[in-house]
Amino acid sequence: MLKKTEVAMNPSELIGSRPVRPDGVPKVMGLAQYGADYELPGMLWGKVLRSPHAHARIISIDTSRAKALPGVKAVMTAADMPDQAFAYQGPERVQLNFWHMTRNVMAREKVLFVGHPLAAVAATSQAIAAAALDLIDVQYEVLPHVINVEEAMRADAPVLFDNLFTRGVEPVPDKPSNVTRINEIKAGDIDSGFAKADEVVQMSFTTEPVHQGYIEPHAALARWGADGQCEVWSSSQGHFVVRAYTAKLLGLNVSDVVVHPAEIGGGFGGKTVIYLEPLALTLSRLSGHPVKMVMSREEVFQATGPTSGSSMTVKMGVTRDGKIVAADGVFKFQAGAFPGSPVMNAAMCAFSVYDLENARAVSYDVVCNRPKAAAYRAPGSPIAAFAVESVVDELARRIGMDPLELRLKNAVKAGSPTIWGPKHAHDGFRETIEALMNHPAYKAPLGPNQGRGVASGFWFNGGGESTATLHVNEDGSIALATGSMDVGGSRASMAIMAAETLGVPYESVRSTVADTASIGYNFLTGGSRITYATGMAVVQACQKVIEDMRARAAMIWDVDIESVVWQNGAARPADPSVGDFAPLTLKDIAAKRAVTGGPIVAEVAVNAGGQAPGFSTQFCDLEVDPETGAVKILRYVAAQDVGRAIHRSYVEGQIEGGVVQGIGWALNETYIYNDRGQLENPGFLDYRVPVASDLPMIEAVIVEVPNPNHPFGVKGVGEVNIVPVMAAVGNAIRDAVGVRMTALPMSPPAILAALDAEAVSA
Amino acid sequence: MTADVRFETPASAKEAALLLAAADGHGRVLAGGTDLLVQMRSGRIAPKLIVDVKGIDEMVSIRQESGGWRVGASVACMELVRHREFAALFPAVVDGANWIGSIQVRSRASMGGNLCNASPAADSVPAMMAVGAVASIEGPNGRREIPVEQVPTGPGKNSLEPGEILVSIFFPNPPEHTGSAYIRFTPRTEMDIAVVGAGISLTLDQQGVCTAAKVCLGAVAEKAIVVPEAAQALIGTMVDDAALANLGLAASAAARPIDDKRGTKVFRTKLSGVIARRTAQKALARARGNI
Amino acid sequence: MAKHHVSTTINGEPVEFLCDTSQTLLDVLRNELDMTGTKEGCGTGDCGACSVTLDGELVCSCLVLGAEANGKAVQTIEGMAAGSELHPLQRKFLEHAGLQCGICTPGILMAARELLKHNPDPTEEQVRYWLAGNLCRCTGYNKIIEAVLDAAREMRGESHA
Repeated sequence: MLKKTEVAMNPSELIGSRPVRPDGVPKVMGLAQYGADYELPGMLWGKVLRSPHAHARIISIDTSRAKALPGVKAVMTAADMPDQAFAYQGPERVQLNFWHMTRNVMAREKVLFVGHPLAAVAATSQAIAAAALDLIDVQYEVLPHVINVEEAMRADAPVLFDNLFTRGVEPVPDKPSNVTRINEIKAGDIDSGFAKADEVVQMSFTTEPVHQGYIEPHAALARWGADGQCEVWSSSQGHFVVRAYTAKLLGLNVSDVVVHPAEIGGGFGGKTVIYLEPLALTLSRLSGHPVKMVMSREEVFQATGPTSGSSMTVKMGVTRDGKIVAADGVFKFQAGAFPGSPVMNAAMCAFSVYDLENARAVSYDVVCNRPKAAAYRAPGSPIAAFAVESVVDELARRIGMDPLELRLKNAVKAGSPTIWGPKHAHDGFRETIEALMNHPAYKAPLGPNQGRGVASGFWFNGGGESTATLHVNEDGSIALATGSMDVGGSRASMAIMAAETLGVPYESVRSTVADTASIGYNFLTGGSRITYATGMAVVQACQKVIEDMRARAAMIWDVDIESVVWQNGAARPADPSVGDFAPLTLKDIAAKRAVTGGPIVAEVAVNAGGQAPGFSTQFCDLEVDPETGAVKILRYVAAQDVGRAIHRSYVEGQIEGGVVQGIGWALNETYIYNDRGQLENPGFLDYRVPVASDLPMIEAVIVEVPNPNHPFGVKGVGEVNIVPVMAAVGNAIRDAVGVRMTALPMSPPAILAALDAEAVSA
Repeated sequence: MTADVRFETPASAKEAALLLAAADGHGRVLAGGTDLLVQMRSGRIAPKLIVDVKGIDEMVSIRQESGGWRVGASVACMELVRHREFAALFPAVVDGANWIGSIQVRSRASMGGNLCNASPAADSVPAMMAVGAVASIEGPNGRREIPVEQVPTGPGKNSLEPGEILVSIFFPNPPEHTGSAYIRFTPRTEMDIAVVGAGISLTLDQQGVCTAAKVCLGAVAEKAIVVPEAAQALIGTMVDDAALANLGLAASAAARPIDDKRGTKVFRTKLSGVIARRTAQKALARARGNI
Repeated sequence: MAKHHVSTTINGEPVEFLCDTSQTLLDVLRNELDMTGTKEGCGTGDCGACSVTLDGELVCSCLVLGAEANGKAVQTIEGMAAGSELHPLQRKFLEHAGLQCGICTPGILMAARELLKHNPDPTEEQVRYWLAGNLCRCTGYNKIIEAVLDAAREMRGESHA
């Protein structure tokens, strides 16, 4: 029986230290195996035929010429996978519908975006597979398409699905449309709130889709056994989720599929869904060979999830002394070709850093002829924050108040309301604001055309299902396994927490990620949940082992278990009255395992609640070249409440990396479509993620307000860092050159056009 | 890519030209490969013959000749950038070479490839034009020499006849008190394609009066262009603010860009003036340094 | 047509392989020679994940034909450590957490090693510009730059700053 976990308020120096990660050496030596690095004897190469049209009905697909090409071993279409029932499943803000998912991995009645898969081949070489694609004859009836969210909402817009009736409105419409769902959340009465305002600001904003931009393209290797037992090697953020989705789409039991977690070359939310795995398995079934599929970069951009583009209007009111009295927002998000944008997250997060009596957020989820949106770092929240935090900046200007001070005056704390229901249960936001107020650079003078912008952000963080197993090896060293994909150092943080709990050296813990057949279920790595939830499973597994150790020591000493305590990695008598026993270390007890009950193993599964949200407040100094519109980031300081940092370097790294992704989103990243619905920039040359020379050092300020629900106080770190960035940059541009940018990206042509418009109107 | 591609490594330009002539338009020259391999991968081109010219001595060497320097058409940008004597005489060309792609790309990409690939946004081309570079072309009828501005004819198109190959580029020694520069504008600091580029060479007399100038713009027309009106704005002046302003106006007036994924027409037109002015200032500083 | 017979040197060892004209050096390394340490991020020279050296020049192996390696010396990430003795850059990347997912790391290490050969004492700005051809989406580059600067210090024989 485990005792309730208590927060270790004064852990040793190991917590928050910077040890070398367990998976580090293979990665710097080129030995780590990512999805595309696996191969099997007799392996074939699979490739996907993709739609050249943004919207078309599939009249016919003739694969006979491709099948006849020497070296081609299998050709598949959607007809080779079972169809799925139309049903929404799961919690409202992250619903799944397998009828949609199977059509996303391979089109059935229609192609819905350029790059939509509609057939796949497996052949003995990549060249033959590519040649075979050219031999597949597809007859299309090309339909009008729609790319933009506002256009997709018009009554006369081309409709993607004739079985899609807007949910969330009464009565249910009798005509299909592209608006898949409308949702409203509210608190108080916004009209009476606005009536109290001295200043009201209302502005409209647009954002464009941006891609997660992981450097590793999607890859999968699959083997279908003649006995129906399947194996998959792929890089994902959750091999258990890959297993679940793949099994579902192929009509298999999950026990028929083993997914091996390849190292993942970046995901940021984009590898929480499946694309290739069911295709590779189907091709393997049809050919009798293992099949490997690797996307090109162009395929990644064309057909894997960017986050949504949006159209938003936000109105907020403030009193002269700085109390925000009402907030109202309308958020319309592109879902891409299938329902399920993160717009409900956006609506929930939008005003969540402010203590508001009166607020409302209305959200629209809208399909259009683009790849289906996938999660991207705090999905939804950064988009909403661009609008809300820009409006808050204008409110501060209207009343002549420092933007940090305005935020502090309205900051949520434990007990503050939210507009979606439960009250905030945790502090941490005010502390991020105060960290910046006390930062020496916040008051540093700026030069001509330079500006400073402030913004804040909120993210829920995550808990959920995780499993950890811990083996005390024969020599007293530790084998620790979880089923959580390590996207950026979690094997190290798990080892730190295990070593700290057990009181053993970090180096004695070997921390790994186990495949789906070797450990209990773990939900995917996302939502900033792993160090919290999986970490909790690890700590509880350690505690279970400690109980076992105490019991074994008690057996060896022939005393009651209550007479044995575990301190500094050894069982010791609880007090001198117990007897004069030398401490028994893990190593000592491991050596006596056979006579004290056999192998020392613990497995703990949790469904962790009690997660605490992430808060971030950031400021950005930049300079605008008024002749070109180019922005140079001069300084960037990001304060984030992480609860407690376990591996300090990887906590900093999450903050630094999230901020830089946000800078790319703010300044240059965008999807550019032509009038045929084709993506014009499906490569890293024209999809401009930041390069090293674009940036200064990002300064991460780690704020630690421990979460009492986690044994070490962890809250989560991966996501909220991106939330404020676009607004902070926009607010700094406003400060530097006086123009308010309301559309992303704030690229040089856009800024120069805004400056020219300002000059004309002045 | 298909497997059925012939690969040849001739030892002379003559031999390369013969191979290309025999390939009936299906042959491609492999210099640095930084454009060719991307085009092959995308399926935009499917050559039947690839001629790797890096075994041809005159195409991979940098040599001083009477009256100037001769750079092999497939000399890699990095080699040119590291060549101190060349860099001192033709800084605009080195500026241009330094902008192309990344270190990795510059280790392979060549002036000749940049010129023949005929992207309107090619960074080295306005720079080479500004310093009066001359292309030396081998073909079925022997050698011919033409100013580099006559090589590109439009996006992806050049004036080489079937069977012709660009062998080297000759850079005439600049007059005394000459400075040259190339500047481009891109959204990122590196790894980008010019939205506007300007290559300018100008010559001063002892008093600092501009006696000669050549102003060239990239990425604002179907190919890099020479803008004589912009040069005229400088000649006879001390390259003061008024002259620079006139240069900018002339550059913007000469720009005839399109809207595309890399920039709008309005933006490019405006930036033509800004970038030309900044380039002239850099060239001026270099020319003054040479007095 | 018959494949090309290519004789080359990879990480100091003579290596012979067969390839089609259209196979890149990256294809050959990964799919013919099982040297998967060199990564493919884009295939078009825009990300630097496939960086190797060819006769001492830093190149994207996706922009080199396998046939071009004939008679040349190739160095890849697999040859960076001396046996199991890590190169100072590799050690510093581990110490400074200069990698999160690690997919860009082999290419960045190859590029950084070439930088330090040409410039043993680079400024932060010089490191940033040299590495501009190597995209990293995880780290925001801070810790990569710090690792390179620290490795440079160590390789110059200076104490930790």
